[in-house]
Amino acid sequence: MQPIISIQQLNKRYASGLHALKDIDLEIERGEIFALLGPNGAGKTTLISTICGISRPSSGTVIADGHDTVSDYRAARAKIGLVPQELSTDMFETVLATVKFSRGLFGKPQNDAYIEKLLRDLSLWDKHSAKIMTLSGGMKRRVMIAKALAHEPQILFLDEPTAGVDVELRRDMWQMVRGLRDNGVTIILTTHYIEEAEEMADRIGVIRRGELILVEDKHTLMEKLGERELRLQLQQPLASIPVALSGYPLTLTEDGSELIYTFDSHSDHTGIAELLRKLDQHGIDFRNLRSRESSLEDIFVSLVRAS
Amino acid sequence: MNWYGIRAIYHFEMARTGRTLMQSIASPVISTSLYFVVFGAAIGSRMVEIDGISYGAFIIPGLIMLSLLNESISNASFGIYMPKFSGTIYEVLSAPVSWVEVVLGYVGAAATKSVILGLLILATARLFVDYDIAHPGWMLFFLLLTAITFSLFGFIIGIWADGFEKLQVVPMMIVTPLTFLGGSFYSISMLPPLWQTISLFNPVVYLVSTFRWSFYGVSDVNVGISAAMIIVFMALCLGVIRWVFVSGYRLRS
Repeated sequence: MQPIISIQQLNKRYASGLHALKDIDLEIERGEIFALLGPNGAGKTTLISTICGISRPSSGTVIADGHDTVSDYRAARAKIGLVPQELSTDMFETVLATVKFSRGLFGKPQNDAYIEKLLRDLSLWDKHSAKIMTLSGGMKRRVMIAKALAHEPQILFLDEPTAGVDVELRRDMWQMVRGLRDNGVTIILTTHYIEEAEEMADRIGVIRRGELILVEDKHTLMEKLGERELRLQLQQPLASIPVALSGYPLTLTEDGSELIYTFDSHSDHTGIAELLRKLDQHGIDFRNLRSRESSLEDIFVSLVRAS
Repeated sequence: MNWYGIRAIYHFEMARTGRTLMQSIASPVISTSLYFVVFGAAIGSRMVEIDGISYGAFIIPGLIMLSLLNESISNASFGIYMPKFSGTIYEVLSAPVSWVEVVLGYVGAAATKSVILGLLILATARLFVDYDIAHPGWMLFFLLLTAITFSLFGFIIGIWADGFEKLQVVPMMIVTPLTFLGGSFYSISMLPPLWQTISLFNPVVYLVSTFRWSFYGVSDVNVGISAAMIIVFMALCLGVIRWVFVSGYRLRS
């Protein structure tokens, strides 16, 4: 199946000389949720802005559902909806008026039934006559989503959709995003919350200093780069790791009360049994042990640090 | 052509006028009425006729032009500056609309408001002075042409401005003085020869004089040249706006 978005050799250089996007190649599959991760200033918003037409590419091409976003911008932009990071909307307008404005702006004829359904789905219908300035932050965020969906786009960009949103609303938002995907909308989101990407994304892209350093299926990524660690709570704190154990990938916590052993969870030979025997031989007793798998956050941090 | 897009922008801007009716319509009408009371009824009754026209009637075209220029510039500049200021411009920039459609929406709404205002001032003037319109068709044509041209100029100012002060600079510091010195309240033939020559470099002289011609059939300058100058200025504004959208100046990074 043809990707719904195809980006080739995309570069963005600002007049200041900043090279914000460097030779980006990326394909987004139809119907997936793609999470773009990266530290502040990595180029996430620039990439979204360049695809959506807010920022002009210095070189390279972006094809959205078969349409070049520069030479065939009308057809391409009609397929795309954007929820920006900032709550940018006319605060004096009513919810219904602003959503209708968005639909018209994107070249769609009035469709009151669709707009009502959209607002009901987003739990906004009760507020359709309310001025946006009177709504809560979470509701304003939903208005932004309603505006982005008003013209029935096939691709939805969500730039930090849950920034500053409380936990309960964040989970509601995740549920809503999944619902959109189930209805055939392809979703590309940027987020600072790794938990959000871990929870929702099918694939993950990591961008750093304008370079896309990794694109991978979420599960494959966690399997390939994920590590497990075994934490041993010692009976007696150690001042340092004994020389006899120096061959093992061990670290000692600052207070010397815990030994942390890192191992590849998919390897046939984890080395745990051998380690425990060695500890016994050297009279190092422990009162408890627990293991944990590295999260996407651990992987993300190690990736960003390594590159 | 994205007609729905044009209509959406146009309706949005007209709705904004509805929300700010006092400052958009009532305020200019009230201030112009005060001009009629002071210059038309109070002082005007002691003034001699100019070109056979009573002073109160003589100043009507100039007062309409004064409001038309200021309101066209301020409506259009505010219309495009506010989305830039609030960040909502992202939606217009990411929508399937061309620069022509954006201009038709914003400038169309600004010009509509100015024309409505001009006609309201004209109707208000009837309460204070008697006047006739010799060429009503031309009067409407010049009203519309001037409103569109100066709304285009205002649109450029709105894109150029990066603060509210800059929105006010051109109307307050340039347009208002030029209008006052452009024969709104007098005929330039009343000035000493040197000042008459200097006045001919003031573009507003041509606007006011031509507009007055459509009312009373008398003009300080050639009407054809005036109309051509307005059209050239309009073409220049359109050229600048096209360049703004092609280059992305102060709109797209």
